[in-house]
Amino acid sequence: MSRHVVATSQEIPEGGRKLVMVRGRPIAIFNLKGAFFGLLNRCPHQGGPMCEGLVTGLREAPMPGEYVYSRAGEILRCPWHGWEFDIKTGQSYCDPERIRTRSYPVEVTAGTKLVEGPYVAETIPVSVEEEYLVVEM
Amino acid sequence: MNEVRSQAVAEAPAASKLLIADGDIHPAKAGAADFHPWLEKRWRDHMDEYGSPGRQGWQAGPAYPKSQPNASRRDAYPPEGGRPGSSLAFMQSQHLDANGVGLGILNPLGSGQGVQNPALSAALCHATNEWQLAEWTSKDSRLKASVVVPYEDAVASAAEIRRYADNPAFVQVLMLSRTAEPLGSRKYWPIYEAAAEVGMPVGVHAFGYGGNPVTPGGWPSYYIEEMTGHAQCQQAGLTSLIVEGVFEKWPALKMVMIEAGFAWAPSLAWRLDKHWKTLRSETPELSMAPSEYMRRQVWWTTQPMEEPEPRAHLEDCIGWMGWDRLIFATDYPHWDFDDPTQALPIRVSEEQRRAFFMGNARGVYRGCAG
Ligand code: FES
Repeated sequence: MSRHVVATSQEIPEGGRKLVMVRGRPIAIFNLKGAFFGLLNRCPHQGGPMCEGLVTGLREAPMPGEYVYSRAGEILRCPWHGWEFDIKTGQSYCDPERIRTRSYPVEVTAGTKLVEGPYVAETIPVSVEEEYLVVEM
Repeated sequence: MNEVRSQAVAEAPAASKLLIADGDIHPAKAGAADFHPWLEKRWRDHMDEYGSPGRQGWQAGPAYPKSQPNASRRDAYPPEGGRPGSSLAFMQSQHLDANGVGLGILNPLGSGQGVQNPALSAALCHATNEWQLAEWTSKDSRLKASVVVPYEDAVASAAEIRRYADNPAFVQVLMLSRTAEPLGSRKYWPIYEAAAEVGMPVGVHAFGYGGNPVTPGGWPSYYIEEMTGHAQCQQAGLTSLIVEGVFEKWPALKMVMIEAGFAWAPSLAWRLDKHWKTLRSETPELSMAPSEYMRRQVWWTTQPMEEPEPRAHLEDCIGWMGWDRLIFATDYPHWDFDDPTQALPIRVSEEQRRAFFMGNARGVYRGCAG
């Protein structure tokens, strides 16, 4: 396990996302109301690029004709066949027991902390004035 | 479940340098003007004034909303703009090169088939055929064209097929499954006669505008029912082709069922064979069991492939049909695209893999034996 600086927290606005590479692995990072979450950019179904999916909410119906909409902005639909995933956990909605996409914790860390190490800043120069997104892998 | 190949061990055809065939690629026009070079002014004016409504109720466009805009992968929009499938350069980099496609069959949709005005339908289909030559097959020799025919006018369709009889860029005839009458109806026979004569298979792609609901039980409410209904619709079409004697009359004719699944084929064959034994005298022109015509003259493109659990059931279905019956297809750039590195999650022999990904296609499409 090592910690990788992947972006400044400013780079991904609320509701936004960014594709980064960590140890050769493509990770899609999402900003949900100021909290950051990372998902492997490869859908567990057939490998669709998750970062290009639609971010939406959860539509449920406890009974036919009764609709409930919740969790706006927290659900990702794969850009290919539309499987739905919980951005926070990577869990799928078509088969939550068995199918989840790999999720990676993303931490927001002040530049002052980072210059103390240990971390791996592959492409991001770190300065003490800013805050950074750090993925542990 | 122990037959399932994990993503990690799945052997990518592209990686193993095995070129693949794709039996269902959808080139799109960027706009109506793309067809103008081959469309008389008369028809351009006609479309401006009256549109080009299909043979269906008061609606323009497809009967059901799609699950993704333009029914396309969200990552398939060309960087230079335009609809998914409208840029050859992007199709090359995102699909043909990336997935090692050595033979790609173009099936243009929204190309005048099913347009209610018969002469306009014929004019649009012809423009589509010329556009395929000018914009696609002449620029990338991996791509082969389909003769798009205005199938509700079978005589005009047959003329269109014969027009390209000697053009090697055209390798199949394209129809849609939702015709006004069942596919085997004598109304369509001139199409089959011409196709058999020039040696092209007839591909029947899901969708179309016959004016009938997609299910025999009426108009369903949801897109998922239309998606599933394609399988039912093609079963009705295939049953009609067999029972009306199309395969009996043209034993060299090949049919390719496109984008409607294939796992239904064994069950349809078993049911037909059962009834044929008891009702043989009703259609004495059938010289053999329905399943034998299917095994002799019908192929299926794979996408969207059934994904049963356990996957071994898929093997059972293909085992009954024969590994020589399936033609791999992606449906690029559409949203229900099947990825060639992931789409066959069962253990297969090298021989089966080669047949599935290339050999069967080479045998079916005209002049592609290579
Ligand atoms: S690849 Fe993501 S839903 Fe199929």
